[in-house]
Amino acid sequence: MEQTCRKSGSACFRRGDYRFADKGMRRGNMQPDGQGARKTPVESKGRLKMRLKHFVLGTVFAAGAAVLVPSLASAADTIYVPLLTYRTGAFSGSGAPIANGMADYLNMLNERDGGIGGVKVAVEECETGYDTKKGIECYESIKNKNPIVINPYSTGITLQIIPKAAVDKIPILSMAYGLSASADGNTFPWIFNPPSTYWDGASVFVKYVGQQLGGLDKLKGKKLGLVYLDAPYGKEPIPLLEQLAKDYGFELKLYPVPAPDMQNQSALWLGVRRDRPDYIYLQGFGAMNPTAVKEAAKINFPMDHLIGNWWAGNEDDARPAGEGSKGYLSLDFNQVGQNFPVIQDILKHVVDKGKSQVTAKDRVGENFYNRGVLNSMIIAEAIRNAQKLTGKKVITGEDMRRGLESLNITEARLKELGMDGFAAPFRVSCSDHNGHHSVFMAKWDGAKWVKASDWIEPIKDKVVPLIDTAAKDYATSNAGWPKRSEACDKAS
Amino acid sequence: MFYREAGQFKTTYAADMAVFPVLQDRIGIGVILVVAFVALPLFGNDFLINAVMIPFLVFSLAAIGLNILTGYTGLLSLGTGAFMGIGAYACYKLTTIFPNVNILVWVIASGCFSAAVGALFGLPSLRIKGFYLAVATLAAQFFLQWCFIRVPWLYNYNSSGAIEVPQRTLFGLPVTGATATATTRYLVVLTIVVVMTWIASNLVRGRIGRTWMAVRDMDIAAELIGIRLLQTKLSAFAVSSFYCGVAGALMVFLWYGGAESEVFDINQSFFVLFMVIIGGLGSLIGSFMGAALIFILPIILRAAPEALGLPLRAATVEHLTFITVGALIIGFLVLEPMGLARLWQVGKQKLRVWPFPY
Repeated sequence: MEQTCRKSGSACFRRGDYRFADKGMRRGNMQPDGQGARKTPVESKGRLKMRLKHFVLGTVFAAGAAVLVPSLASAADTIYVPLLTYRTGAFSGSGAPIANGMADYLNMLNERDGGIGGVKVAVEECETGYDTKKGIECYESIKNKNPIVINPYSTGITLQIIPKAAVDKIPILSMAYGLSASADGNTFPWIFNPPSTYWDGASVFVKYVGQQLGGLDKLKGKKLGLVYLDAPYGKEPIPLLEQLAKDYGFELKLYPVPAPDMQNQSALWLGVRRDRPDYIYLQGFGAMNPTAVKEAAKINFPMDHLIGNWWAGNEDDARPAGEGSKGYLSLDFNQVGQNFPVIQDILKHVVDKGKSQVTAKDRVGENFYNRGVLNSMIIAEAIRNAQKLTGKKVITGEDMRRGLESLNITEARLKELGMDGFAAPFRVSCSDHNGHHSVFMAKWDGAKWVKASDWIEPIKDKVVPLIDTAAKDYATSNAGWPKRSEACDKAS
Repeated sequence: MFYREAGQFKTTYAADMAVFPVLQDRIGIGVILVVAFVALPLFGNDFLINAVMIPFLVFSLAAIGLNILTGYTGLLSLGTGAFMGIGAYACYKLTTIFPNVNILVWVIASGCFSAAVGALFGLPSLRIKGFYLAVATLAAQFFLQWCFIRVPWLYNYNSSGAIEVPQRTLFGLPVTGATATATTRYLVVLTIVVVMTWIASNLVRGRIGRTWMAVRDMDIAAELIGIRLLQTKLSAFAVSSFYCGVAGALMVFLWYGGAESEVFDINQSFFVLFMVIIGGLGSLIGSFMGAALIFILPIILRAAPEALGLPLRAATVEHLTFITVGALIIGFLVLEPMGLARLWQVGKQKLRVWPFPY
């Protein structure tokens, strides 16, 4: 047997076929460790003992772990806020600053104010690696610990858990990502995606281009390009842009980037050079963005005509292109930098005490870090709101849903929070879980993002009807979708 | 001492050819089935059932599917993810077009669609082998995934491009959709996996399985003794894709509850291929062991530091898990290149003579 095996690899398979191994060995009068086997009996005995030992150790360890898992601490006097984050994997460049911002703001509240309304916030991260499988595993592992809100931070994970929210009574806060249609609070009472949807973003892009050209009527006959990741996230703005192309008479050119080719876009940009679109909207993520910016610089595409959506606005998206990316624009709904009292408080109470995971102090205040802070601010304000509504200190997911639904963050409140000008004031309502708020253009000046435009309001009368239709479609295609039974609170 | 078949005499050929000829094995499998069907639904918590057992069973089924093709017939395939996708999308289309037909009928029927496509992409296997065939199946992977993105009819023109699972009931109990309880879904998945494993075990022991193995061991010799290569290879592709398709439909309908095309990318194919290789090529129990090692072990490792009271950050734990799982995989393969099933086999042989080895 040994010889045949050496001669041809395929014959070795025979040993892999164990179905009759018990019998085969007996019939063939082979000893388990005898001529048939590869090793001498002594050697193999030692190895087996080792293996058995490892196996037993492993089993004991595994059993121990399995028993201990459910008994995790969930103290009754804290508010449990799980954060689904991704600090590992291909998208960690975007995920880590967001995670840092979210955790640091909540920890700052714990350190500075002793929590929210006198109750400490228990922040726990669960690593998803931007992988849907692991995201669901995270969701299952935290849902019994009385979480008040879930931040999935991945469109894929959001889509998976949207149907579960109403059943498990845990609201989902997907801040400006996820399913655009979930802005409709009547169909999706448990899902919140303020401050803007992808459709709002695309409409702001068109509006901004119109402003630059001197009026929306000047769009007629122009060519606008959309460079997008060929996945649900990237394709999201297409229906809206097609609608607007019809209404304003511009031509829409689509440039899909297949997910495996994120870093190989030269052919696509050759096409761009041939078509000469006047403006390009970039709906990309991860490694796709720096590649697109670099390629655009290479073909001398005017950088101030290349506009990324808000997830294409990481520092690392623009930086690798060097000088060439100066002037690159990105939509944004949070300010960049450390010149805000809230960021100073985070530096003082969290970062300087070594309680943050940021790698360097100057990374505090980056665009995605501040976005994480904004995300946590929404959570914290909603908790406060829920405490006010219910009179309870320790709230549940159901209370949190009411808190989110009647959230109204005014200019004055932003000032109190030390976020004057950090973000636009916003509010959500029972029927509108998004608000369709204004965003602005951030410009890459070669070293950092600077605010380059006023707050621009989305073209709501085009976006809202699309949302309504999409929400209705969702409810019909998911037969058995529950009707809204949750009462509506008055806005605070 | 305990595991010894002395005194167990076979008086019929049927008894001699049984899947589990040894009494202790039969007791063992009985205990496993009782635990799986009764104890786990009664005592398992939601996390165990939802995040561990259901995915484990789904991946085991996919691994069995790939094992039929790669382990039993010797045809390397990298298209498993896409074939699972066919099952999922077919099931979605069928149940949205004919909502009144029982969902289980469609889960099984979607396997047939997958089988048809699998057989189609298996055609090149008649001419090419080994790595070249792997590349041909890679083409299937990319082409089908392209279809999942580019053919909006497949996802009913949904603006988010994802397939969403509507609620369907079985005997009045919801089995899919958000309202279905974890236990119901688990029992449905478990039943399907057990039945299909039983069918597979009989398939590979019978004439069809023997022709597959003959082709695997040497296709020219197989042809000379009268095995028709085309039928054999295509049937392996069809059966394998059928299993993968059902696994894909189960994955989306009873585990995920909705999916986008990225779920069925090349990584999924590799994931299942690793399970098959580590579990053991050409072994059904190996498929289960491989799925357990690749899928469940990281979950245990991830929970371990917290259970032991080590204050590690989530990202650090993730890195450690990657390192440990990687090291374990290399370790297992160095110790036993034929996979966990072989390890299990060796263990059983040792057990027969324990405590007096000779």
